[in-house]
Amino acid sequence: MRLPALAAITTGLMGAALALIFFYAPTDADQGFSQRIFYFHVPIALTSYACFGWGAWKALRYLRTRDERADLESYVAIHQGVIFGALTLITGSIWAKASWGVWWSWSENQLVLFLVLFLFYCAYFMLRFSVAPGPQRANLSAVYALFGVVLIPVSILAIRLSERFIHPVAFNEHGTNMAASQFFTFCVALVAMLALAATMYNVELAGKRLDARLRELREALQ
Amino acid sequence: MSYAADVAALTRKDLLLELRAKETLPAMLLFVLSALTIFHFALPHGTDDKASLGLLWSALIFTALLGLTRAFVAEREQGMFDALILTPADRSAIWLAKALSVLAFLVAAELVALPAFAAFFSGIDGRTVAAVALADIGIATVGTLFGAMAVAGRARELLLPLLFLPTAIPIVVGGVGGYLWFLALYDAIFAVLSWAAFEYVVSEV
Amino acid sequence: MSTEGKYVAAAYLVVFVVLLAYVLILALKLQRLGQEVAELVELAHKRREDREPDKAVAVG
Repeated sequence: MRLPALAAITTGLMGAALALIFFYAPTDADQGFSQRIFYFHVPIALTSYACFGWGAWKALRYLRTRDERADLESYVAIHQGVIFGALTLITGSIWAKASWGVWWSWSENQLVLFLVLFLFYCAYFMLRFSVAPGPQRANLSAVYALFGVVLIPVSILAIRLSERFIHPVAFNEHGTNMAASQFFTFCVALVAMLALAATMYNVELAGKRLDARLRELREALQ
Repeated sequence: MSYAADVAALTRKDLLLELRAKETLPAMLLFVLSALTIFHFALPHGTDDKASLGLLWSALIFTALLGLTRAFVAEREQGMFDALILTPADRSAIWLAKALSVLAFLVAAELVALPAFAAFFSGIDGRTVAAVALADIGIATVGTLFGAMAVAGRARELLLPLLFLPTAIPIVVGGVGGYLWFLALYDAIFAVLSWAAFEYVVSEV
Repeated sequence: MSTEGKYVAAAYLVVFVVLLAYVLILALKLQRLGQEVAELVELAHKRREDREPDKAVAVG
């Protein structure tokens, strides 16, 4: 899909999502007004997973085809994943403060999981900056990206297990029992967020490809 | 030469090198004992057994990191990686041999660390020993792969902990909680992944 | 605004600010790319001069 079209769709969806979140969705009976953070926080988290998944897919493509472009696409996808991951942690922390009065809660599975993933994928960038550009760097990045995507379910399991000895605290159900209007709002927000990530991904990719082309041009002229 | 013979030869090489140099293992032993001592002072009085168990695992992970950082030093400093790649051995055999020698170092270090822990803090039960054994496999397999990655980069001693620690978190969870099945699952998944991925990590193309 | 409302606003504000930061970074990049293209145009003109020094060069 052409980038301008994608950006236009994102604008529309995001506008619709925000309108629904603040004018349509009912105030939650249990959690009150602060529950509305949920409509951004969870889609951002899911989008982050999607970005890491896409990055791992492109990494696999790179290892199969050795096509430089796949390496760049993998890198940009993971970059987006980390940005959305950081946003997950920040919005999650704000929500924790609003709901339970603490900025961090180790019994909030999603927050802990994202902390682990955030650490993991930040190391991805350290790895990339540490190695000179070239096929070797692309290989290492691809392998690491695949490790990351395998680590996600393993970490989820580990964190569930760790609850039993960290300290069992009754945690909230994140809207599994949602009203239809809430669910609809959530879905629109989710699609909007995914569209936003796709737009940002394509914008960044276009920018990096342009850099490469200009470098080529410069070399051709000198 | 067969795959098994290749692995055996490479493992023997690593172990012999260490036997002669006597650098890594004594350092790991000293480190684990010092770490446990520091942890004793870091903890307030009357901490329960579960908490001190957590310290054992922290000490083990960091000692393992020390051993892993040393594991590829010989290859790095003498450019042996290129020599190894040129051998007719399957690349993954290199990984397996290195992982086995790392495992040997870990076990040797723990033969001292576990009794020390039992003496300093609280007793060790069979379950913990089994958990440590399983964790060692996970640490050796994943650590060896990441160690090879770190060698390719500039700030190697910095890079290896950064790469290794997030992936090691589930190992600590499985260890402290005594979830042997989880550790076995982790080992199986990541051993296969590391074994398959090593080829790509050492290829220059 | 209630305290609850403030937290919700803060969460959405953070997302908005991150997006705007992204726009800023893109703007800077665009500026840099513009400079680079200008340099390359210079280079291209020079090359043409070197090859055909007497031919009139179209401007614009």
